[in-house]
Amino acid sequence: MNATIPLRLRTALNAPVHPVLTRRGWIAFIVAAYVLFVLVPSAHLLLPANHPMHLSEYFVTLTGKIMCYAIVALAMDLIWGYAGILSLGHGLFFALGGYAMGMYLMRSIGGEGVYHSDLPDFMVFLDWKTYPWYWSFTDHFAYAAALVVLVPGVLAFVFGYFAFRSRIKGVYFSIITQALTYAFMLLFFRNDTGFGGNNGFTDFKRILGFPITAPSTRVALFAATGVAMLGALVLCRWIVQSKVGRVLTAIRDAESRVMFIGYNPLYYKLAVWTLSAVLCGIAGALYVPQVGIINPGEMSPANSIEIAIWVAVGGRGSLVGAILGAFLVNGAKSWFTQAFPEFWLFFLGLIFIVVTLFLPRGVVGLFSRKRS
Amino acid sequence: MLMRALSMRRAVAAVILALTTLLPCLAARAMSPELIHELAFGENDAKIKALGALVAADDPKALPLLQALVDGEVQTAGNRQVLLVKGDNATDAVTGAVVAPLPESRDDVVINNRVRREIAGAIAALKLAAPDRAVRLAGVKALQGGADEDMLPAVKHALAKESDAEIRGLLELTRATIQLGSSDRATRIAAIRALAVSNDVSTKTLLLVVLGKKGDAWAEPDGDIRAEAEKSLRSVEGRLSTGEMVGRVFSGLSLGSVLLLAALGLAITYGLMGVINMAHGELIMVGAYATYFVQNLFRSYAPAAFDWYLVAALPAAFAASALIGMVMERTVIRFLYGRPLETLLATWGISLILIQAVRTLFGAQNVQVENPVWMSGGITVFANSVLPYSRIVIIGFAAAVLTMVWLLLTRTRLGLFVRGVTQNRQMAAALGVPTSRVDTFAFGLGSGIAGLAGCALSQLGNVGPDLGQSYIVDSFMVVVLGGVGQLAGTVYAGLGLGIANKFLEAWSGVVLAKIAVLVFIIVFIQKRPQGLFALKGRMAEG
Repeated sequence: MNATIPLRLRTALNAPVHPVLTRRGWIAFIVAAYVLFVLVPSAHLLLPANHPMHLSEYFVTLTGKIMCYAIVALAMDLIWGYAGILSLGHGLFFALGGYAMGMYLMRSIGGEGVYHSDLPDFMVFLDWKTYPWYWSFTDHFAYAAALVVLVPGVLAFVFGYFAFRSRIKGVYFSIITQALTYAFMLLFFRNDTGFGGNNGFTDFKRILGFPITAPSTRVALFAATGVAMLGALVLCRWIVQSKVGRVLTAIRDAESRVMFIGYNPLYYKLAVWTLSAVLCGIAGALYVPQVGIINPGEMSPANSIEIAIWVAVGGRGSLVGAILGAFLVNGAKSWFTQAFPEFWLFFLGLIFIVVTLFLPRGVVGLFSRKRS
Repeated sequence: MLMRALSMRRAVAAVILALTTLLPCLAARAMSPELIHELAFGENDAKIKALGALVAADDPKALPLLQALVDGEVQTAGNRQVLLVKGDNATDAVTGAVVAPLPESRDDVVINNRVRREIAGAIAALKLAAPDRAVRLAGVKALQGGADEDMLPAVKHALAKESDAEIRGLLELTRATIQLGSSDRATRIAAIRALAVSNDVSTKTLLLVVLGKKGDAWAEPDGDIRAEAEKSLRSVEGRLSTGEMVGRVFSGLSLGSVLLLAALGLAITYGLMGVINMAHGELIMVGAYATYFVQNLFRSYAPAAFDWYLVAALPAAFAASALIGMVMERTVIRFLYGRPLETLLATWGISLILIQAVRTLFGAQNVQVENPVWMSGGITVFANSVLPYSRIVIIGFAAAVLTMVWLLLTRTRLGLFVRGVTQNRQMAAALGVPTSRVDTFAFGLGSGIAGLAGCALSQLGNVGPDLGQSYIVDSFMVVVLGGVGQLAGTVYAGLGLGIANKFLEAWSGVVLAKIAVLVFIIVFIQKRPQGLFALKGRMAEG
């Protein structure tokens, strides 16, 4: 590679550490929190359905869903925008978190399934008599929540350790992560794997004892997703502003030079990669109860690539951009798939091309260029 | 003693002679009104008895009546008349005369499953006596599945008359299968010995039953018979497993050559040029749809030459994909050289557009691409392994494409330029190579080969807008495993992955095999990140 080392790298590692958020940032943060936790819930719950300011159930669910995507986009931006590692397998971590939560939700159905059995319907259908070993304890919420974090985390850690240790990077890494999620998709499509095969998990009844479709439960899930999103934003912000973040950026721009200076890129990459996977898992866990279904389709390579385009649209290497991109692309998606379903793929394809050709820094880059 | 033995033999011969001369008379009597009446009006047991008589009489003339019974075309009128009814026409089953007009009140002859099974057996047995060889062959094949004791006389009789070697062999197997249940020890042993020459999976099951246990006791108490069965089983199994092995290697080779075709284009665009083209699978799909389009043209305008539409489809598929590839290179990829991750995303966008464009033009459903007649059928190597011509043609085709690409890269000026630009772009430009035009042509070549792969794939399976998606991961795996910048690596990786996949499939099922292969590749990359055939020295710096 004839990469010329950018000038900023020489000083970046020694530059003073910035605060996590600027004063303006904190104000925006508080406004966002107010909207998410006060305005939206009250507009949905308190205002009557015919009031002009009433927010419909569709809106709340859609926004909640997109906020989950925004968390995934943050995770992707952390690893791609700052460490230069493009993962085409983030959909896998998202789905694994979703499945972990789904297991808990399936067990909460109790005997109210179609067959009125203690086992989920698909197991009755397969003529299984007991839960397989990996389903044990999943009826406890705390254990399921631990799985949400641990399963994607451990998988990412093991995979990342081997991949980064042998210094697989760039396109190679992308393709292998794609193969990884593809393999898992095939695995989860099998009925014998014990996760419902094609249909996955659906028909949930309640979460933590609350009926899952009740408006108040919806709003609570919405708020929880909001907390997770804002929390993830601050966490990512803190990481990229810290010294670790500097080293990551340096690895992205000139990995060999960072090694020569005396840093071992393996642990930096591994740490941020695992964190990124865990964030995806949490997003998946919040996604499933709101959308009401999880199936292996979430692990398809196409889904994972779409995550990259959210980040690219918003602007790589600017965490707010990732959130913005997730909202823009998914907002456009839900509008298109209702209004012109046959044109959505054309539009999405064009976004991929236009953004990579003309907007290398995304929408955020568009604004900051104007300012400077 | 001798005299007595001789006279015995003579007596037996006389009986056989009498039987064979008598049989035609029996046949004449076979279609007697009584039997037909029994078949139509009798209770189930009476029906089955009548069937037995028909089979013993061995008269092919009874076939139409039996077939009509199975098809539910036999009706009764009054309590005597039996009618064969086809639509509005009816004939009397006894006299064969046309009955018009149809009697007012008629009843269907209803048969239950047991009778239906018996009739199927009777039909097969009667077919054994037919003059046409093909009918006899079909009959004996039908008998192999479910022959029972009642068929034995018919089978023996057919054996006595049969002269065709293939049918004789099958008949002997059928006889042995029936005699396996005989009460006579010597007959059973002879039957088991006869079964040893079979190469049918069902024979294996039969012998396994003989060797099996019922509760604690042996199903077959006689140790000698078990030993014979063991011997026969081993010989059948040996032949079966050879056949299976041949079949598996062959299907592995053919899957490998499909992977090779799909990956060969990638070996040029990704391997040589370093462009990561996620739309490669869609270029394959475009090639398949070009084939479909040419096929439809031939069907409407030149149906006489339909068998040779592939000859026209090949250049069409190549041209369609190559053209799209060159446009892609000129409009998008050109601006992203040196930025592989961006190229990945942009070409993914192109692939989405291509998928949707095909959906809009041809519909979201799979389309039908027919094999030409000369590609259907296959060579039977063993009873349980048939090598289809279509797959043989694909293997040959992959070899031909590979040779052509190799020649193009090593023996032509364009190939020289491509290799030159790959190794050192600046130096090639300085020596007067039009590098940007070479890029376009090379990319067009890689894309065109994808189109050829699509044309080949259209002969093997479904053609639909999602065709490419299922090959993209596989083809990248082939290139990654084979190593970048090498055709040889691609060849070995493609064939190796194909055969490994098929063998793992037999051992653990399709999905687990795929997963195992992916895991293997991930582990392999750990050890040799550069692939099987890494470039060494200066060239590796890229």
